[in-house]
This record gives sequence, C-alpha cells and structure tokens, in this order.
Amino acid sequence: MKIPILRLGDILLTSIQVDLTDAEVMQFQGDVLHAIADIEARGLLIDITAMEVVDSFMARTINDTANMARLLGAEVVVCGMHPAVALTLIEMGRGLIGVETTFNLNEGLVRLNRRIQQRGDSISTDQDE
Amino acid sequence: MDTLIPQENAESTIPIRDSTDILKARHRARELAAALRLGSADQTRLATAVSELTRNVLQYAGEGECRIINASSDHEVYIQVVVEDHGPGIPDIELAMRDGYSTSGGLGAGLPGVQRLMDEFHLTSRPGYTCLMIAMKRPRALSF
Ligand SMILES: Nc1ncnc2c1ncn2[C@@H]1O[C@H](COP(=O)(O)OP(=O)(O)OP(=O)(O)O)[C@@H](O)[C@H]1O
Ligand SMILES: [Mg+2]
Repeated sequence: MKIPILRLGDILLTSIQVDLTDAEVMQFQGDVLHAIADIEARGLLIDITAMEVVDSFMARTINDTANMARLLGAEVVVCGMHPAVALTLIEMGRGLIGVETTFNLNEGLVRLNRRIQQRGDSISTDQDE
Repeated sequence: MDTLIPQENAESTIPIRDSTDILKARHRARELAAALRLGSADQTRLATAVSELTRNVLQYAGEGECRIINASSDHEVYIQVVVEDHGPGIPDIELAMRDGYSTSGGLGAGLPGVQRLMDEFHLTSRPGYTCLMIAMKRPRALSF
C-alpha cells in the first residue's frame, strides 16, 4: 500500500484514502519525509477526509510527522477531518492533535501558504538581526 | 436489509495477533453500532475505543482477544466490548489511567480517553491477565 504524494510547486499534497495498519502508517511517515527532503518542499498538506478513526497512535504519528517536517523546512496542515473524528479526539483529551487542521482542502492550502509566508518572514527578520 | 441487523445478544470474537486485527476489530465494532442505528459520532467513539484497547494488547501483551457483544434490548442499545490478554499486566492501574502516562513513549491518552468516550469502563489486571470491559448505552433511536 503506497500512498501517492502529489507535488504542487514547492508544496506536497497527500491524501490518506484507506484504513492504514500501523506498519503502513510508519511507511507513510517515512515516504512523506523523504519526499519533503527530495524536493525541499516548504509545505505539506495531509488530507484525511477518508479516515474514519484517528486514535492516539495516529494522532501522535501526525504530530511527529509535522515536527520532523518542520525540521526539514516544511510547514504542515491537516485537512478534511471528519466532524465525528474531531469530536472523538476532543472528548478523549485536549490537544491530542498538535497540528493546524482545516475543514477542506482549499482552506488547507490557504492556511499552508500563510504559514509558509510567516515562516519566510520570521527567517528573514532573524537574519536581519 | 434485515439480515444486516445483528441478532440480539450476538457476540463476535476477534483474535488480536497483529495490527491488521486492530482494523478488523474496529470495523466490526463500527458495523454493529451502525446496524443498531447509532449515529456517526457514536460509531466513531466506539471504533476509536476498540482501536485503543486492541493496540494496547498488541503493544504490551503481544496478543489477546476482543469480544464485541450486542446486549441490546427493545428500549436500549447496549454494546459491550471485552478485551483480554495474558501479558504482564498493569502494575499500577491508577497511574496507567492518568493522562499522559505511557511506558512506551506514547501520548498516554489511550486508557483515560477510552474511559471518557464510554459509558462503562472496567479494568482488572494482575500479572498474566488484563481485562478491559467497556460499554456504550443509548436509548433506542435517540443517538447522535
Ligand atoms: N493490556 C495491557 N497490558 C499491560 N500494560 C498495559 C496494557 N494496556 C495499557 N498498559 C499500560 O498502561 C499505560 C497507559 O496506556 P495508554 O493506552 O493510556 O497509553 P499508551 O499506550 O502508553 O499511549 P497511547 O495509547 O496514547 O498511544 C501503557 O503505557 C502501559 O504501560
Ligand atoms: Mg495505548
């Protein structure tokens, strides 16, 4: 099971379409991070519209992926979380997902571009100092 | 259509041996909830709880078993899930139930999260045996 990763300029777009086993989740994490490094992507948008369950393992993997992606220079936004999934995660415990989430793909792209912009701004101000 | 509705008091057992069994178990739980006409939020709560408990079995005990039991009556939907293993057991249950406590570098959100999602939650554990019994209870046709 290989999840396709699409390239849109310096943004990567990926959509999880099936229920993944733990091994496939880890494989996905590796693939995505390699892809970011390969093209020096500045952003990664993960669409989880089709995910019916996001448990604490998946939540942690998403958080870890986002942290590692950031180290590689890419911002991460997750889009398309099913309302029932969002509700369940909130009920389980506050702050399980430490990544920006948006309702749909379009909004996700807007937010991702804004984050990339902000990051660029803060990097250039850091250098000015 | 009627054949999709599970029999009253029907029970299904899923052996938990590898991570595909986690998917199997949570699918089965969701199917039952859907067949009993619980809403998508309840289907997701139940499937997520089953995912957490069966993953704990794999992670900490290596293998175990998940039983999904439909004990509904005419006026109440009642789904019970029993997850058992013969692993090392949980030495300090109070600690294990604490938010953020994990011996495996996890979020430590599984057990306390499941307790919040479910209407009933019972955990018994001793060296060589751990059993989690959870249940979801809803009045018939009044679920969201
Ligand atoms: N079936 C089990 N057998 C032995 N120990 C268990 C079992 N289930 C849970 N534990 C212990 O209880 C702790 C807390 O479990 P919990 O599911 O809440 O968090 P976690 O599995 O560590 O992380 P997360 O579920 O957030 O990925 C575990 O770290 C483990 O030490
Ligand atoms: Mg756990």
